[in-house]
Amino acid sequence: MTRKDATPHRLDRALVWDGFKALLPISLFVVVFGVAFGLAATQAGLTDAAIVLMSTLVFAGAAQFATLELWGPQVPFFTLMVTVFAINARHLLMGATLYPWLEPLPPARRYAIMLVATDANWAMAMQAFHRGQPGLGLMLGGGIALWGFWVLGTWLGLHVGGTVQDPARLGLDMVMGCFLLAMVVGGEKNLRMLLIWAVAAGASLLAFYYLPENSHVVVGAIAGGLVGLVWGKQE
Amino acid sequence: MSVETGGLGALFIILAMALVTLATRWGGVFVMSFVPIGYRVRQFIHAMSGSVLVALLAPLAVTGDTGARLALLTTALVMLTLKKPLPAIAGGILVAALCRQFLPGA
Repeated sequence: MTRKDATPHRLDRALVWDGFKALLPISLFVVVFGVAFGLAATQAGLTDAAIVLMSTLVFAGAAQFATLELWGPQVPFFTLMVTVFAINARHLLMGATLYPWLEPLPPARRYAIMLVATDANWAMAMQAFHRGQPGLGLMLGGGIALWGFWVLGTWLGLHVGGTVQDPARLGLDMVMGCFLLAMVVGGEKNLRMLLIWAVAAGASLLAFYYLPENSHVVVGAIAGGLVGLVWGKQE
Repeated sequence: MSVETGGLGALFIILAMALVTLATRWGGVFVMSFVPIGYRVRQFIHAMSGSVLVALLAPLAVTGDTGARLALLTTALVMLTLKKPLPAIAGGILVAALCRQFLPGA
């Protein structure tokens, strides 16, 4: 990924493969979450086929786990859809933040890349873009890795779920949190960014405690964005 | 409105979840295709991209157990000193595991 002629929005087979490999380490941990989901979903009463189908088509861990809380012989349909939307609303922001680099692509490609958009590959792609490196390979290749291993893990969970009974005891529930934090800390650091982060964190916590459930990510992100808008950086 | 999960009910619910999630993946790109990307929009987007992660992490840090908090602290410190993500993440997980092994209930 250090090719000299690289423009940030470039996308070819080699970059996709590089992206796949770059997200492989974190994907191995995603298998563990997949196993945990497969096991939990079995216990919530979903059939094996439904569980694998859900991971394949929805591909959104946090929302899928939340669904299990509402699952039973009967499911409150609109509550479930609102929950899924609220937890996944951060994808809207991811799409918006990626847009400057997706714009040069034909629409079909833009939307194809977004099929596999999720936290880890998006965070890595944004880091690459801010360094002036190509990031769409990380989005697509990395997303395919994450998706594949999420489905694989889910399927494994149906059969060997008992082996990963308590991922938290091994610290494995912290993998995604630590990964995303490493991406934040590894990014641009200056007084302006610190203020943006502080406002984002404060707004997120206020929303977490006082606003409807699952609204905190969107509220915090928009608050941080507004600070960036007001305190514009000289370029 | 409640939906039975027997028979095709579960399939229906899963397809609806997939569509809602897809709408969130495509919606941001779709809306932005109507917004001219000038200096202001770029500033907003750039600030928002880091803020998404911070907003995701803040409640985790505040409501998490000691293991979770020390894990995040470790990741931040290793990242600041070594500037390499893999040791930072591994360090965080290790601290969480050790903390929960030896300080149960903390």
